[in-house]
Amino acid sequence: MRSDYVLKLLESGERVDGRKMDEFRDIKLETGIIKRAEGSARVKIGKTDVIVGVKMDLGEPFSDIPDMGVLRTGAEFTPIASPDFESGPPGEDATELARVVDRGIRESESIDLEKLCLKEGEKVWTVFVDVHIINHDGNLIDASTLAAFAALKTAKIPKLEKDKIVRDELEKKLPISHEPVTITVGKISDKFLIDLTKEEEEVLDSKLSIAIREDGKVCAMQKSGNLSLKVEDAEKMIDLAIKKSKDIRKFL
Amino acid sequence: MEETREIVIPGEILGDAKENKSSHGTYVEDGEIISKFLGISKKKGDYLSVIPLSGVYVPRREDRVIGFITSVEKVGWVVDINSPWEAFLSLSEAVDEFVDLKKVNITRYFDVGDVIYAQVVDTRRGDIQLSMNTPIARKLRNGVTVKITPSKVPRLIGKEGSMINSIKEKTNTIIRVGQNGVVWISGEKIEKAIKAVKMIDEKSHIFGLTDEISKLLSD
Amino acid sequence: MVMKTKEKLIVKGKRLDGRKPDELREIEMKVGVIPNANGSAQVRFGNTVAIAGVYGPRIAHPRHLQKHDRAILKCRYNMAPFSVEDRARPGPSRRSKEITKVTRLALEPALFLKDYPKTAIEIYIEILQADGSTRVTGINAASLALADAGVPMKDLVVALSGGKIDDTLILDLCGKEDNYSEADIPCALMPRRKEITLLQMDGRLMPEEVKTIIKNVLKAGEEVYKKQKEALKEKYGK
Repeated sequence: MRSDYVLKLLESGERVDGRKMDEFRDIKLETGIIKRAEGSARVKIGKTDVIVGVKMDLGEPFSDIPDMGVLRTGAEFTPIASPDFESGPPGEDATELARVVDRGIRESESIDLEKLCLKEGEKVWTVFVDVHIINHDGNLIDASTLAAFAALKTAKIPKLEKDKIVRDELEKKLPISHEPVTITVGKISDKFLIDLTKEEEEVLDSKLSIAIREDGKVCAMQKSGNLSLKVEDAEKMIDLAIKKSKDIRKFL
Repeated sequence: MEETREIVIPGEILGDAKENKSSHGTYVEDGEIISKFLGISKKKGDYLSVIPLSGVYVPRREDRVIGFITSVEKVGWVVDINSPWEAFLSLSEAVDEFVDLKKVNITRYFDVGDVIYAQVVDTRRGDIQLSMNTPIARKLRNGVTVKITPSKVPRLIGKEGSMINSIKEKTNTIIRVGQNGVVWISGEKIEKAIKAVKMIDEKSHIFGLTDEISKLLSD
Repeated sequence: MVMKTKEKLIVKGKRLDGRKPDELREIEMKVGVIPNANGSAQVRFGNTVAIAGVYGPRIAHPRHLQKHDRAILKCRYNMAPFSVEDRARPGPSRRSKEITKVTRLALEPALFLKDYPKTAIEIYIEILQADGSTRVTGINAASLALADAGVPMKDLVVALSGGKIDDTLILDLCGKEDNYSEADIPCALMPRRKEITLLQMDGRLMPEEVKTIIKNVLKAGEEVYKKQKEALKEKYGK
């Protein structure tokens, strides 16, 4: 019943909460909220609520890039966040979210991973970015990427005393060179929408998430939804995402 | 004789069992009547009760509910009534005429996805039985449904229907309210009616709600 | 489990964070923080933060787990990877599985499960920040979330930890105190009925000390109860 209503309203160019097609819900961003973490952020977009914590640890580099620090991104669709999230290891949706957030951060070269190398081939800083969904009302990708990058931007590296981490003493900020922002555009029949709620996501045909760097470069993309996209539509969605990226960027 | 209402929490003592009687939402222990819920305490004569401020719908006999047909069985239909338990509408309670099951497919009466306005006739041990054998019962077509917290239904209806009638008039809609928290709306200014219904759900306990609703409806 | 430290945990009657032995940390409680859940709450004791969400009563799945005459209670205690000093691998650990069980048993006696046959009441607790006494913080959040969800309860459930450091009996252990304590006793109770629903212990104490700590927890539980009551009433503007 509800989905029919969402579609019916869209036919006349209206959304259930009265927003315009390309309008974001209220966005709130708070950083430094998890004291245990080296960096953290909580983002609320409408009722969607996401917390990201950044933790750092010493580890080994990947063998093919022995002089770079390691970035690891995880996401948990905690069962508190939605009646249809179940306990258990991350399913394909949670895994996809983690990898899409990761791609946005990694491909934009936002963190100078070379500066996180302590001893080439042996010891580097590993940066763990963990996304914890608190309430799911759609657009988890945009909210999670914003929270993840805000957490990284405000994160600090702990002091090292003779190869041991002194967690209580945080020193320099993480070396950040670029700032990615991800915008997801949804297509429902012939309309393009920004910031879909959970209800809207349930009736979408296709969606495209685009990660954009501050210099305008597109760094990552992810198409989702089980219908195909016409080429012109994809182009329109890319343009729309780039146009709206400043709505998110102003929070960083 | 009703007295002032107060918000009480689970475990809060409302009165002693010698002078008062325990009613809905309370339990008795050690000679005291205690609240089971976070809710509003009510005293009517000797009866102490608590109306929960939130919570799932627990079907009671004679409740009028709005349900969604979710599956067709041999001799009836399974109905989702926005409750932890599924309900069943048997063929005999839905249709007056004689039905020859060998010739007739009962989907001609109700099919998956249909919305019905029905009455709860039995609630034994989690088996909820519905009936359409009452004049108000019918299939609801061409409308939209909204869910609200079941305990807010009386507020939505208002004293002698004042609140719901006001919404209906000002938005030119037909509205049916199920005691199970499902509201069906059909007509002209559906979006405005939905907004009003949702506002009552979110702000039912706030003083001055009636004015806020009037304002919303006249904009 | 015995970690020794040269550092004194109590100096001139003051603990590491300046508290007196029987003083609780700063407590913050907020109800209704997860819109999708039937009930929810976020609770903070000093730097320990827990958030709980309740779904249900709703139909129990899979069917064979259903009980024909009562609701089943499902519980999950989980720590966010960033909640602890060294990042924790996601997923249940042996510790979190045990805490899940004792948490469920801490809440069950307070519920009227017979009112909801064939259904499940699901409680999910996430620890967002860990600085000692996480399970009791989680139980406080769960109690509020259950009341917020409109689940009928005999009483709220209040939880607090007690223990001993440097020969002194204390209440509400923070992380460091937890690690170096001579004893750590997490406890949960139904305050109005004065009935204990969770009682665990790690350490070495004389029986009299154990009894004293339990009494102290019961008494200090009044303060936690008051905070829970305020948080519930505050949601409705009273």
